[in-house]
Amino acid sequence: MVDLIAKSPAAGLLPFVAGGVTLAEIVPDFITSIMPHRDARAAVSAALKAAHGMALPGDGRTSGRAALRAVWTGRGQYFLIGEAAADASLAAVASLSDQRDGWALLTLEGDAAADVLARICPLDLRAGSFRRGDTARTEVAHMMAVVTRSTRGFEIMVMRSFTRTAVAQITGAMRSLAAQGAG
Amino acid sequence: MSRLAKGGQIDRSQSVPFSFDGRTLIGHAGDTLASALIANDVKLVARSFKYHRPRGILTAGSEEPNALVGIGTGDQIAPNVRATMQEVYRGLAAHSQNHLGPLAYDLLAVNDLMAPFFGAGFYYKTFMWPKAFWEKIYEPLIRRAAGIGALSGVEDRAAYDKAFAFCDVLVIGAGPAGLMAALVAAKGGADVILVDEDFRMGGRLNADMQEVGGKPGADWAADTVADLAAMDNVRLMPRTTITGAYDGGTFGALQRVSHHIARPGADLPLETFWRIVAKRAILAGGALERPIVFPDNDRPGIMLASGLRSYVNRFAATPGQAVSLFTNNDNAHQTARDLQAAGVRIAAVIDSRADAKISGDFPVLTGASVIATKGRKALRGITVQTASGIRNIETDCLAVSGGWNPSVHLTCHMNGKPVWREDIAAFVPSDGAIPGMIVAGAAGGDFSTHAALKTGAGAAKAVLKDLFGKAPRITLPKAEDAPGAMTPFWHVSGGRGRAWLDLANDVTTKDVVLAHRENFRSVEHLKRYTTLGMAPDQGKLSNLGALAIMAELTGQTIPETGTTIFRPPYTPVAIGALGAHGKHKGFAPERFIPSDALAREQGARFVEAGLWYRPSWFPAGGETHWRQSCDREVNMVRSSVGLCDVTTLGKIDIQGPDAAEFLDRVYANMFSTLKVGRVRYGLMLREDGMVMDDGTSARFSDTHFVMTTTTAAAGQVMTHLDFCAQVLWPELDVQFISVTEQWAQFAVAGPRSREVLAGLCDTAITDEAFPYMSCGEVSIGAVRGRLFRISFSGEHAYEIAVPARYGDALARTLDGAAKALGGGWYGMEALNVLRLEKGFITHAEIHGRVTADDIGMGRMVSAKKDCVGKVMSQRPGLSGPEREQLVALKPVGAVKQFGGGAHLFNEGAPQVRENDQGYVTSHCFSPTLGHPIALAFVKNGHARIGEHIRMKDYMRDIETICEICPPVHLDPEGGKLRG
Repeated sequence: MVDLIAKSPAAGLLPFVAGGVTLAEIVPDFITSIMPHRDARAAVSAALKAAHGMALPGDGRTSGRAALRAVWTGRGQYFLIGEAAADASLAAVASLSDQRDGWALLTLEGDAAADVLARICPLDLRAGSFRRGDTARTEVAHMMAVVTRSTRGFEIMVMRSFTRTAVAQITGAMRSLAAQGAG
Repeated sequence: MSRLAKGGQIDRSQSVPFSFDGRTLIGHAGDTLASALIANDVKLVARSFKYHRPRGILTAGSEEPNALVGIGTGDQIAPNVRATMQEVYRGLAAHSQNHLGPLAYDLLAVNDLMAPFFGAGFYYKTFMWPKAFWEKIYEPLIRRAAGIGALSGVEDRAAYDKAFAFCDVLVIGAGPAGLMAALVAAKGGADVILVDEDFRMGGRLNADMQEVGGKPGADWAADTVADLAAMDNVRLMPRTTITGAYDGGTFGALQRVSHHIARPGADLPLETFWRIVAKRAILAGGALERPIVFPDNDRPGIMLASGLRSYVNRFAATPGQAVSLFTNNDNAHQTARDLQAAGVRIAAVIDSRADAKISGDFPVLTGASVIATKGRKALRGITVQTASGIRNIETDCLAVSGGWNPSVHLTCHMNGKPVWREDIAAFVPSDGAIPGMIVAGAAGGDFSTHAALKTGAGAAKAVLKDLFGKAPRITLPKAEDAPGAMTPFWHVSGGRGRAWLDLANDVTTKDVVLAHRENFRSVEHLKRYTTLGMAPDQGKLSNLGALAIMAELTGQTIPETGTTIFRPPYTPVAIGALGAHGKHKGFAPERFIPSDALAREQGARFVEAGLWYRPSWFPAGGETHWRQSCDREVNMVRSSVGLCDVTTLGKIDIQGPDAAEFLDRVYANMFSTLKVGRVRYGLMLREDGMVMDDGTSARFSDTHFVMTTTTAAAGQVMTHLDFCAQVLWPELDVQFISVTEQWAQFAVAGPRSREVLAGLCDTAITDEAFPYMSCGEVSIGAVRGRLFRISFSGEHAYEIAVPARYGDALARTLDGAAKALGGGWYGMEALNVLRLEKGFITHAEIHGRVTADDIGMGRMVSAKKDCVGKVMSQRPGLSGPEREQLVALKPVGAVKQFGGGAHLFNEGAPQVRENDQGYVTSHCFSPTLGHPIALAFVKNGHARIGEHIRMKDYMRDIETICEICPPVHLDPEGGKLRG
């Protein structure tokens, strides 16, 4: 029998540390996109709550906990990321799609993480403007990305094929900022 | 030495050796290059742009037109750095610019003798004849003689950075107005960014001797900066220039990060270009002192009075031992006071005002003006016209002050027109010139320190009330509030010698007179005719002087004469900073396929497809030319089996109760009738009826399709679907998401493709289970994948997909299985040949100007339903014999060559545009057929099969007689696909 070996998007590239900031890869067990059927947002939220213990997040927000979280990823679209795939009960009210392999999930953590990200991402990252649990579909170094503020920094999702460029650009910004003595 | 014994904001304990034109000099920490040169008695620092006149340091700020130098060594010299802004550091190597031979004996100074010939408009009038001389002789000569710093032509190896910042209040300039504004705004709770182009914040407080809040101004500035630095909501950005004001409260800013550091590491950027987005901005950029124009006013040693005060007070360096002053305003009092305090002898004070009241222990000449100067490489003396006659005065430094011009520049960046204020004889910013920006201090025409503090605080309060509805109470520190009287005096009339207006571009008062005489009287014409204000300093010191002269000549007032528009950047920005992060691989993101590592191991040559990198061909042992590899790969697919990574094709997961209806509307042909487990080729039209894209869609359940798009149009199709779903048919219950990256997908093509899969998939791959154009789920060991029986080669073929994390592993497994059967990988070149032999189209054919009918798919536009583009595709002229239609070509004459884009003509017809019959879109050598083939669009081509036509490639000079054939050369019945 053929035994295919899995490879993560940033295998062999990370982690990387500079200036007290760490860029690392996390590989979640599942990412399922949840797109509610027409007028079914409330039903999906209820089903999500029943199955996974969290409501759908508002626009630009996340819900749930670190181990399993729902992330708003665009108009009528959410990603359930973490230890479980979206429960089959959701399929009655939403279109589900496996996105587990489509994305690289990178974490950028450390005191100067926002300063690093500010080199390559045009978001207003001030703590009062982009709070913990806030998320945005945005640009990172000319790549479409999902950026979320986590407890210790940011989670950055880019499409899998862009991983090498993303790592090169983010680590480049980290090195530059480290040389500038942070902030 | 011209270093004063005491005073100044320099650290005398730190001696800093640096070099100027190879000569080692000593400065101190806190010095600029300009102040250190002055302290070392260096007067001649540059040669002028056009006439190569000896020039010295004119100012102490970023407006400096003369003292531009190169900084660095070898091939890494940054040109045109302002000596007045460059901080000295240990080992700094500065070089003077624009001379042939030593600076002191510039051979090109001969230009100055030719000056009568080099006036405004000179080039246009002189270098006309003979015509051929311009490119070969005149232009190279002019380019050699004119100009300032030059680039080495070698790549700039410095690192640059770019960044974004956001704030409630951006305060531009950290003089008294800016510091006060920042302090009030910060105390009011706003997020504040305070930028200043100087390395030491404080503005004129550092350069003028005055008290603020009961202490020296410089100390008050330092204390205030320290207070601000201690606040969490304040970001201080010294060495940062706001270069432009843009829409939405966005400002460009250039931060000089390491220009002042001796040996920055490789990662430390030289500069960072910021984009700062501010809810409100306070412009406190101060004012620029303006010169008075008089004959020979450009000699080294003649400078602005404000610059002189900066050097004496801030840097404890005097540019002269016997200093004279020429002024039209009361600032001269301060200058004289400061010089006396510093122990510098004053040779004379010349005031153009007859009623000026200045007295002191030095000669005072009122109602007087400087009419001549002497000293070629350094000022030696001046000639003064007084009411009682002419006086010669020995002096080695003449400080000039003609009043102040508010720094209105940023307020012009969004088309704001400055307004004239008669009382200060200057332009000030118009209200609301930049939305959300308030102007404070000297930038708004309020010149006293008290007024600066007051308007700075006032601006911050207004902003706070606007943003938060309240503002804190603030007590202003006590400061000087002298109004500073002045009487406009622009230039000295008469006299011999040229009077210089724009020192950066060598424009004289005579040039303005000439422009007027030749009827270039509008300000914009004047500017372009004389080049006034077109140097890197954008005429910061010269524009108003020129306007005043033009106003005199035309008999108009200055505001009637107009004002030129200042544009970004305020000071020059290195292209390296604008292009930061964009060098080399930073130019564009790269997308890599799941089998990238394997393909590189096998020596594949790559081609870019959008941002993707796809193997173009895989050279095998002994192959030296791509055609050898390509032909082998084609034969391999036709005879055994070939593998190709097709992950790059767009894959869109389409789901929802109305998914089938949605596809019926976006595709020209019918999809609702497609059975579950089957795949159908689909054609998509644009709204205008032209073909947009093609691809296959597979049906996995009643409500679940997977659409594939071409690699090139994946993004465009996704955008189009979004538009259709959101705007055209919001009533449809359909959801879709890209799964391009989720699945690693490989084409397995060729008569032995099934054998490759048989050893791989857990289920049997039979014609019954997987007939042509079917799809289904398969297991590859523990991994669930998808199998599609589709073909882009004309062979019995499949595409197999697994979650992308297994892509590399599946590629390696397929590689082993295919090679065991004599197969292997094929690249884009072979893929192209395979599809051309089969007559399949790509975006070379569906290039946006063809209809379904043109490509022979007219009947695919279903008559049973509507779709996007259907009605428009039925317009007259979009189908029929007048259209250029898709056909294939094969060569039938002696020449067997095609050229992409070559045009087609009927045999015997003259090969001119009017006789054009069409063009070649794609072509290749077909190893299967043994001759070249092409796809082409030919007028009424569908009805002309068998006819001969002549291809003429004007680019490559090829002429080929061709036979028009049906597009499909290979297996037109499709037996191979189904068998």
